[in-house]
Amino acid sequence: MAFGSFGGDVVAVEQPRRSSRAALWLLLPGVVYLAATYLAPLVSLVITSLKTPDLVNFDIGRYLYAFDVQNYVHVFTQYGAIIARSFGYSAMATVFALLISYPLAYFIGVTLRKYPLWQALALILVIAPFFMSFLLRTLAWKAIFADEGPVIHFLQSLSILGPNAHLNGTPTMVIFGLTYNYIPFMALPIYTSLERLDLRLLEAGSDLYANPISTFFRVTVPLSLPGVVSGTLLVFIPATGDYINASPQFLGSTQTAMVGNVISDTYFNLLDYPSSAALSIILMVLILIPVSVYLALTKTEDLL
Amino acid sequence: MAGAFDDSGADLELVGITKRFPGFTAIENLNLTIPAGSFFALLGPSGCGKTTTLRLVAGLETPTAGRILIGGKDVTDSPPHQRPVNTVFQSYALFPHMTVLRNVAFGLSRRGIQDALGRAHEALRLVELDHLAGRRPSQLSGGQQQRVALARAIVNRPALLLLDEPLGALDLKLRRQMQLELKTIQDEVGLTFLHVTHDQEEAMTMADTVAVMNKGRIEQMGAPEELYELPKTSFVANFLGQSNLFTGQVVSSSALSIVVSAAGTTLEVPRERAERHAGTVTIGVRPEKLTLLVEKPAPAAGTNVLGPGIVSDVSFSGVSTQYLVEVPGAGTITVFAQNMVFGPVVNRGSEVWVSWAVGHGFGLGDDQEAELRFTPDDDTQSIATQRRAALEAELEA
Repeated sequence: MAFGSFGGDVVAVEQPRRSSRAALWLLLPGVVYLAATYLAPLVSLVITSLKTPDLVNFDIGRYLYAFDVQNYVHVFTQYGAIIARSFGYSAMATVFALLISYPLAYFIGVTLRKYPLWQALALILVIAPFFMSFLLRTLAWKAIFADEGPVIHFLQSLSILGPNAHLNGTPTMVIFGLTYNYIPFMALPIYTSLERLDLRLLEAGSDLYANPISTFFRVTVPLSLPGVVSGTLLVFIPATGDYINASPQFLGSTQTAMVGNVISDTYFNLLDYPSSAALSIILMVLILIPVSVYLALTKTEDLL
Repeated sequence: MAGAFDDSGADLELVGITKRFPGFTAIENLNLTIPAGSFFALLGPSGCGKTTTLRLVAGLETPTAGRILIGGKDVTDSPPHQRPVNTVFQSYALFPHMTVLRNVAFGLSRRGIQDALGRAHEALRLVELDHLAGRRPSQLSGGQQQRVALARAIVNRPALLLLDEPLGALDLKLRRQMQLELKTIQDEVGLTFLHVTHDQEEAMTMADTVAVMNKGRIEQMGAPEELYELPKTSFVANFLGQSNLFTGQVVSSSALSIVVSAAGTTLEVPRERAERHAGTVTIGVRPEKLTLLVEKPAPAAGTNVLGPGIVSDVSFSGVSTQYLVEVPGAGTITVFAQNMVFGPVVNRGSEVWVSWAVGHGFGLGDDQEAELRFTPDDDTQSIATQRRAALEAELEA
């Protein structure tokens, strides 16, 4: 019938598999680097997390090699609430960063496509904060939101905040700080995805009876998903372990402590190395769980 | 909304359409009516405004002035997703993140039509790709993608199907087959097809009506044979096939014909085949209508004769042979001769006369332009001629 004459339908999309010794040799520096900087510390961390205090010659910060699984039980029961809080803050910061970054990335990657100069300038503006230490930037926010600072005065004059209100040290500020500091990590991967978006596909969508909203969710979003996935991971993973924003020296208080702050305290102040190591490993495992669920849901493992 | 879609196609009417882009006018006061169920081709060189016309109909561009009516309903201000129109894009624009099946079902699902997937399977069977329904577009060949794009459009049964050079990316053989298939599908489903192309052969083999477009306006419109047999402007005469054109003063005219003094002699053209009957006119004749003669023919009524001239080039192209004849005062004349005998009938350098029946000539409505607005250089014959000229120039240098 109609297309019988075309026949064949031979499609050769199998990627040729090339194996060569040269490729393996080229991999060597990477393997050595990973072994030295990832595997070795990881092994050391696991060993430390299982150490036990030296009860014979007791001294603070002195531990013996052991297999003390109690360390894990101990930190999990004692700091469980803080771990949960870390994930909560981080998840909220990730969502806010996504909500702010997606329109931003769309504007730069699609709307400004016709104006390369403006596009380049807008990109520089996204990256510009990196030119300044994020510690200084976070401290600047602390000053801006300080009790005697302009924002509090303004909100008090509008009677939105009471006379003794604070912003610094509240969960809102910690989430704000996390969101602010990680926005570029969300915006840039999404921009990269949207910048390649073929606008003719959007025209095809509208030609096929999809209204602009439907086209956005059925064409634009799925095609920019790789960027959204990378951005989400780049924000969520480091934000969960972040200990700067939540620290009382910056935007947080003791009530907003995240797991990073606890790891830092148990290590530097309490010199409780096994506990901080155990917490680090718990954090790592707990991050892996939602990340793998997320990747399975978005089916983009091949992008990583 | 579903009521806007029917199985018989709908009239398309463009009324006084003008489209200006910053810096240039793409379409100037275009009026066009395409009757329901026809296969209409807009033919023109790149940049003539044909794709813009298509995008205006699809709703992807907004006209600067004028109205667009589909089935009598004004859709000028409707967004593309509300128009009963589907497009087969030049780039196919298949959604890379969806399977072939989902691509085809996309339009039906958006309109909330029952059994979208079942009908998508049906459309894929029509283009004989149902066995690849689960693949991604990137796993298909160019020809297969083209068929998916076609299925994705016709599954919606649009009143009007727009085709934007859909065969441009295909090789010659596949292209021929697709042309026939498109025509078959049009006969089967009875939609109105609006096809945009720069390929004159494609337009002529597929369309019922061809409109030749140039510089944002339609030069001539009609059935392919009519356009070929009786071009009315020098652009059409040269864009649609090749023509030998001569310009001169009308020296006498009768009820049946006009006689033009041109090319150092007088040439007769039937009155009803000429657009203008007085003053300076341009007349022409198609190369295959010419006969080469090696001896000066006796003057005969109903025949035009030019010559003597010298054959400057002979190129053999299988079915026919193209001769270029230099006739003093008439310039270079192209002659196509069927290869009825082995080898060329005359050789390079031969002295020949060229004759044709008066009834085969035509008179144009405009003056022959010194410089063609668009040189038709995309057919194999003229490419061969050019290549040969270039090689000869190289050897001589």
